[in-house]
Amino acid sequence: MNRYPLWKNLMIGIVLVVGLLYTLPNFYGEVPAVQVSSGKATLKLDASSTTARIEQALAAAGIPQTGIFADQNSVRARFDTTDLQLQAKDVIERTFNPDPADPDYVVALNLLSASPNWLTSVNALPMYLGLDLRGGVHFLLQVDMPGAITKRLDSTAADLRTLLRDQGVRHSGIERDGRSIAVRFRDAGLRDSARRAIERFTGDLQLADRDGPDAMPELVATLTQQAEKTIQEFALKQNITTLHNRINELGVAEPVIQQQGADRIVVQLPGVQDVAKAKDILGRTATLEVRMVDETPGALEAAMNGQVPFGSELYTERGGRELLVKKQVVLTGDRLTDAQPGFDGQTQEPAVHLTLDAAGSRIFRDVTRENVGKRMAILLIEKGKGEVITAPVIRTEIGGGRVQISGQMTTQEATDVALLLRAGSLAAPMEIIEERTVGPSLGAENIEKGFDSTLWGFAAIAAFMIAYYLLFGLVSVIALASNLLLLVALLSMLQATLTLPGIAAIALTLGMAIDANVLINERIREELRNGSSPQAAITAGYERAFDTILDSNITTLIAGIALLVFGSGPVRGFAVVHCLGIMTSMFSAILVSRMLVNLIYGRKRKLEKLSIGQVWKPSN
Amino acid sequence: MEFFRIKNDIPFMRHALVFNVISLLTFVLAVLFLATRGLNLSVEFTGGTLVEVHYSEAPQLEPIRRALSDDGYPDAQVQNFGSARDVLIRLPNRDGLESSRVSEKVMTTLSAVDGGSPELRRVEFVGPQVGKELAADGAMALLLVVVGIMVYLALRFEWRFSVAAIIANLHDVIIILGFFAFFQWEFSLAVLAAVLAVLGYSVNESVVVFDRVRETFKKKRGMDTPQVLNHAITRTISRTVITHGSTQMMVLSMLLFGGETLYYFSLALTIGILFGIYSSVLVASPLVMWLGVSREQFMKPKQEKQEAVV
Repeated sequence: MNRYPLWKNLMIGIVLVVGLLYTLPNFYGEVPAVQVSSGKATLKLDASSTTARIEQALAAAGIPQTGIFADQNSVRARFDTTDLQLQAKDVIERTFNPDPADPDYVVALNLLSASPNWLTSVNALPMYLGLDLRGGVHFLLQVDMPGAITKRLDSTAADLRTLLRDQGVRHSGIERDGRSIAVRFRDAGLRDSARRAIERFTGDLQLADRDGPDAMPELVATLTQQAEKTIQEFALKQNITTLHNRINELGVAEPVIQQQGADRIVVQLPGVQDVAKAKDILGRTATLEVRMVDETPGALEAAMNGQVPFGSELYTERGGRELLVKKQVVLTGDRLTDAQPGFDGQTQEPAVHLTLDAAGSRIFRDVTRENVGKRMAILLIEKGKGEVITAPVIRTEIGGGRVQISGQMTTQEATDVALLLRAGSLAAPMEIIEERTVGPSLGAENIEKGFDSTLWGFAAIAAFMIAYYLLFGLVSVIALASNLLLLVALLSMLQATLTLPGIAAIALTLGMAIDANVLINERIREELRNGSSPQAAITAGYERAFDTILDSNITTLIAGIALLVFGSGPVRGFAVVHCLGIMTSMFSAILVSRMLVNLIYGRKRKLEKLSIGQVWKPSN
Repeated sequence: MEFFRIKNDIPFMRHALVFNVISLLTFVLAVLFLATRGLNLSVEFTGGTLVEVHYSEAPQLEPIRRALSDDGYPDAQVQNFGSARDVLIRLPNRDGLESSRVSEKVMTTLSAVDGGSPELRRVEFVGPQVGKELAADGAMALLLVVVGIMVYLALRFEWRFSVAAIIANLHDVIIILGFFAFFQWEFSLAVLAAVLAVLGYSVNESVVVFDRVRETFKKKRGMDTPQVLNHAITRTISRTVITHGSTQMMVLSMLLFGGETLYYFSLALTIGILFGIYSSVLVASPLVMWLGVSREQFMKPKQEKQEAVV
């Protein structure tokens, strides 16, 4: 009568086995590893060739490794000891970055799970520990959006000046005033023609008529909401790209750089202790420069032999060819307002479309007119060091401020170059508004404390439950243990970040989850007290308790979800685990415990007594 | 083993007024402390910088204070944290201070003080704009929990139950806050999480009792409302005490082994659990009675649901 059908037992069994499988990696601990990832946004890591290179380099140096793993962005090699790890880092560093001044790859020390390879191959990874458990730095950066918008308005004001002059519309002054641009005119007729000219020119501006202080007609231009939104999204995206490039220099194994909300960026650098250096790097900016290529016959060869002509510099182009570039700067990144990947209108080749501001457009038009057939170089200057991104041949005069870079690029490269150009030239200022640093010793201590709390709490509950409910208590404890197992497995599978509040949530969830089993056991006792047969008492106990368990878990879940929605930082870490724990506890407290009870008692036809502790009956 | 050998239903409802007066008094006291002393909000809410350092030997706090004061931080709070060798330094945000650089400067100052080199354990810097948002988010979370639980209970039971449960449990929240105000314990984000978790947890206590009330109304026709409530509470009291005892064991374990970080978190939970038992059983049930719950409401559930919407 109290039997689960085979499929149900099987299902519960499978869930538990899968749970065990995904919990396993957490028991193995971590081993030292060296991680190689791309140090430049333009360089994509090729997993198989990188793996082969690492293997060869280590074999040549006679350093034994215990496995090389590749994922999308990095390749990692494991070692038995930290000594080997450090030796290996040197070897790999030398192989991948022959020129230490210009590293192409980030070679960093890391820790990898020591779990066997077959576990890693089914994606069973240990829980992802938060910074408060592993140590490191957390920054929250606020992007100065008003700053980005005023910057744009300033360049728009300059554009309008050029536009009105080109169109022959006379104005009496253009000024940016807060978040709008005021253009003044002598009479309303001029204003109308100016309005028509501006509307033809751009859709980003909202225009309104107004009478100025001395009754002069004015045109007030503000950015449309759409345009503002685009500028903001753009500023954020580009700042994230810049940060990625910067942080690569730090050699952090697993940096997290994420957007948070509309105007914030979270940067997490596990293992980094040198906060001052991290802050310096986050704050730096890069610039873009356009210069002409020195094509004097014989100059390049002379330069490669060590005789660089006066007024020129030698650079290596992407693709490895040497290039001699003049020192005189034609145009800087300040003049660039946008860079987008796209396609050439005629050849359908991937291309990058640049938009220059008015002054930049004029300069560019003049330079290209005078240098048709010559090459110009676009350089990214970072840390006082330049890199030639591209050096195209000028085919015709380019006016209007819209420039296209094309030729021998893949779509991916076009996207990367566009991102790089934006990153190098357009960073909106950022400010650190939150910082959290946790030392490595505190992190290890936090893990230990969290673990101890859970362990002792669990032991106390287990001892009590078994003493009070005997066999049913044991069943409850096994159910509670399987709850812990499933929760840890779920956290490992989702790779949700586990923090100290998260560990507290695990402990608390276990403490609360026992409620369901107490409800069930009390109900069974009550049924027995009222004279039900043992088998009927089990059935009734589980069935009657179910509604209550459901209700109470849903109310707890409501609180958990509210925390998840509105929580940030430590609260969110707590809420994620709490919500998951409520769900796993429903499964284990009801299904797992019932399965065990059914397996123990279900087949006994003549069941006299349940081992559920003393059932006191009032003696009448 | 069986703790509770209760023959007849305990007449809880006879003393309903007493329970509620006690409750009301604690509530008023809590509000009073909150109003006069206020909460000792952590850096997360107020904004500012917090630096925790560890020394190999217990340092003198006075030289540290003096050094910080000399280096331009007269408003620095320096205190021991957990042990005599751990020192916590708090600095408020103020104008004219490049706040994102404060932690490094403090470390430089500390290293210059005689008596052992400090090891940096933890830095928390929260800008002024973030703190306000966190406080607002906390309030929104509280509101969402209250509304969510009320709607759920109203749908599942009856509006009288949802009102009673929320009043009883919100008063728990105020009492926890009252304790934090009275003792000036630090109110951090983790404590806020604990408070909201308690809200969900002790409502579930009321739910268990209410479930029994509904069941008793349906099954035992001879009883009047107070008797039904007495019966429901008596029948569930064993479970109530054992469950809360188990949860409390876990929380106690965190209180003892969890270290400073989890200390106030588990303290908030402890108060919440203790008052939760009391209020969700002995306050919520009388409220339901006074709000006029009766058997008829459960006999014709469909009509009642319409009323519940109003």
